[in-house]
Amino acid sequence: MSNADASQESSADALVSVRGLRTRLGDKLIFDGLDMEVARGSVTAIMGPSGTGKTTLLRHLTGQLRPDAGRVRVDGEEVTQLSRHALFDLRERIGYLFQNSALLTDFSVFENVAFPLRQHAALPEELLRNVVLTKLQAVGLRGAAGLMPSELSGGMARRVALARAIVFDPMLILYDEPFVGLDPIALNQVLRLIRTLNRTLGITSILVAHELAAIRQVADRVYLIANGKLVAEGAPDELVHRDSPWTRQFFGGEADGPVPFHYPAPDYATELGLAATRR
Amino acid sequence: MSANLRRHWLLQGIASVGECGLFFVAILGALPKSVRYWRETCRQVWFVGAMSLVIVMISGLFVGMVLALQLYYTLSIFGGTAALGTVVALSLFRELGPVVTGLLVAGRAGTAVTAEIGLMRATDQLDAMSMMAVDPLAYVASPRFLAGVIAMPLLACVFNAMGIFGGHLVGVTWLGLDNGTFWGNMTATVTLQRDILDGLYKSIVFGGVVSLIAVFQGYTAPPTSEGVAYSTTRTVVFSSIVILAFDFVMTAFLT
Repeated sequence: MSNADASQESSADALVSVRGLRTRLGDKLIFDGLDMEVARGSVTAIMGPSGTGKTTLLRHLTGQLRPDAGRVRVDGEEVTQLSRHALFDLRERIGYLFQNSALLTDFSVFENVAFPLRQHAALPEELLRNVVLTKLQAVGLRGAAGLMPSELSGGMARRVALARAIVFDPMLILYDEPFVGLDPIALNQVLRLIRTLNRTLGITSILVAHELAAIRQVADRVYLIANGKLVAEGAPDELVHRDSPWTRQFFGGEADGPVPFHYPAPDYATELGLAATRR
Repeated sequence: MSANLRRHWLLQGIASVGECGLFFVAILGALPKSVRYWRETCRQVWFVGAMSLVIVMISGLFVGMVLALQLYYTLSIFGGTAALGTVVALSLFRELGPVVTGLLVAGRAGTAVTAEIGLMRATDQLDAMSMMAVDPLAYVASPRFLAGVIAMPLLACVFNAMGIFGGHLVGVTWLGLDNGTFWGNMTATVTLQRDILDGLYKSIVFGGVVSLIAVFQGYTAPPTSEGVAYSTTRTVVFSSIVILAFDFVMTAFLT
């Protein structure tokens, strides 16, 4: 497929477009021809069983990991073919919330949030301070500006990482498990923040998350990935009620269905040494 | 050990050396970008240099003292104790200064650098920097590499000075050698180009080698506690071997 064909296949308002993505990590086939699109200005959730490659997909979108085959376009740029320099230029327009927060442990909360600004924007110190405090206020941690990452709880660290991800008001924010470890109050505020960023600044958001209730509140569209492929997509409320074996099993939390609950293993009885006894 | 396993180890070793070489080229490529992080480089020079001062000074003092004792005994057999200052200084400037300082810095600062970068890798801090469009090679690796190259010759100078002081303490203050003979013979024999600068060249190379190994081991450490521990150990082992091997090669070429 030529570049032109690929562009024609994706909608004009798509900020992110993935076509025929194929990735193998070790012996495991993670993606086997995955196709998906994320509209500009939308909030999109990516869901799927654990180990299905949701974080890997985010790493493909940011060029941290190159696929074996397929195309990944972000804001019109083919991520798989970008040079290191061009990739860094693109990343200046992308915010990324890591699953484990990934705060810089030698820097205070304030300096962590200020880090991207200090590196890429020559702001006067007072303006920089105001921007950082505004972002920390948005996640409710302005008072924790002087603390070190080791003094934060998991939920607080995640909110600091969120403040850092949005400090540049990027065009695209990728959230990897943003709701883990948040208490109900913080969860509500983070949901409101994601929505506000989306409505007021038109920031496109892609969330990898498992919290269905939260996703129903915030996402415009949900992509359900399993077995290396996109198995269902649609608006969250519509998808939850859709009658397909994938959605039924995943949203119903059933052990039996197309997605095996158990990791591939030899026969249980044989492994326990009970097979001979049975005979 | 089977032939297959031997080949496997050999291939793995060659691959690691190649990988380290490519990493070195990448660090050199990132050096111009790391100029803007000069504060970080200064911080690392302080960490590698100033923080290693105590161990380097104490070691230098005792090495000089032991050297003077041993050489005094040997020289006295031939009635040449007047040359004690010269022999102590030459041993320190040409050999012991750069080598022992390199081994000490590998043990103190090299391991710390490996552990620090390894932990940053394990906690996704390097990936986070990369995602914020900050090149970790320029921000983390290059300043630490540069700091080693800058700090090592300075530390070697301190080591040498302390060693000569130790030699003087034993030779002149304790064993009663004439002060004028000690300094006079030393200053008459030791040359700037052949002795002092050759030693400094060695320490610059050892600084580069130790920092490269330390940064490379940290950068490629498996993101587990055991992985970081192994990488830290490898830094000391590989640095020590490479310092001694390079010392032989450089001595052969410089003398």
